[in-house]
Amino acid sequence: MSSNVNRRLVLRGTAVAVAGAALAVPGVLAGTGTLAQAASTTDHSGHGGPATPGGPVPFDELYQGRRIVGKAAEGGHGAHHGGGFTVSIDGKELHLMRNADGTYISVINHYETYADPRAVARAAVDKLRGATLVPIAT
Amino acid sequence: MAVRKNQANLTATEKRNFVNALLELKKSGRYDGFVRTHNQFIMSDTDNGDRVGHRSPSFLPWHRQFLIQFEKELQTVDASVTLPYWDWTADRTTTASIWGADFLGGNGRPRDAQVTTGPFAYSGGKWPITVNVDSRQYLQREMGAGVAQLPTRAEVDSVLAMATYDMAPWNSSSNGFRNHLEGWRGVNLHNRVHVWMGGQMSSGVSPNDPVFWLHHCFIDKLWAEWQRAHPTSTYLPAAGTANVVDLGDTMRPWNNVTPADMLDHTRFYTYDR
Repeated sequence: MSSNVNRRLVLRGTAVAVAGAALAVPGVLAGTGTLAQAASTTDHSGHGGPATPGGPVPFDELYQGRRIVGKAAEGGHGAHHGGGFTVSIDGKELHLMRNADGTYISVINHYETYADPRAVARAAVDKLRGATLVPIAT
Repeated sequence: MAVRKNQANLTATEKRNFVNALLELKKSGRYDGFVRTHNQFIMSDTDNGDRVGHRSPSFLPWHRQFLIQFEKELQTVDASVTLPYWDWTADRTTTASIWGADFLGGNGRPRDAQVTTGPFAYSGGKWPITVNVDSRQYLQREMGAGVAQLPTRAEVDSVLAMATYDMAPWNSSSNGFRNHLEGWRGVNLHNRVHVWMGGQMSSGVSPNDPVFWLHHCFIDKLWAEWQRAHPTSTYLPAAGTANVVDLGDTMRPWNNVTPADMLDHTRFYTYDR
């Protein structure tokens, strides 16, 4: 599973360049996620590794018009709850938690488990329907 | 002694009194304090760290105390009110009377999942969602979208048949009654109902939907049914367990009640059957 994601990152860079060259206008970035996703579904030959041994692979993609990013936590909240990983949607942190069996949940979908942080992030985007994450008073 | 009833059997007056008490707690700000507390616990309870409200043996006594505290608040508004329970094995469709405009209101509309009927519809002005994880201020529901079916009575019975309360490692990977009832393992009862409801009910701020209390009241009743079915079984673990609330340990946030204090619900209320 994990090797596909780094490959997509590479492809995403390519897609940005292609889209930029072909259209030569600003503001088309939202389309590149679709291109990158299309590429990733047809090319599974990539290689890469998780940010931490045994951990999930970082990602940075556009999904349904939202930028979702998952990366190794640099300490703090995500480091504790997310199994050393943090996820954001359009730059706002999505509270993530890793279960004992290696699956993940988020504060948006807290009663349903997902295989990896990217699936959690995508499920959250689906449920947000364009709404913005807000910091939770704790 | 207060009697908690099946919501399907409430009279029109009982429904109205319950709804009015909810709206009054909301207006006063006390309701949102419960939402905040629940979310704080759900975000901080972890499988490998301290865990009190969820994914741990104290899931059941913690929610029992949480509901008792909430019920007491309702009773400060109207002393006749008790928490009803929702038997989702029986009332399992989007057209059940629980979703009537005279009670909890209906499903969300397709466009934005917004609940538009009943006392908790945003347009009524009495139920703004203020403790939230995103920017939307209206109550949302997407019944049956996240998972097609609510648990059946046969699935409930299969979980009630489990004689051991809970097992090491005392978290979401445990075998035993508690974790199967909570739903992290097996046929999935409690978690699945949250997912079936959708909207805020499937998030960390699930008490924003008043059905939260009716759902957890039924989960609480199933714990009581399990105790009747297994009179020689009891809460576990007994003592000395790291990160976990043992039988005689106090539970946050109250710090003055233990699972042992919570085992006999008839000290506080009874059920109609």
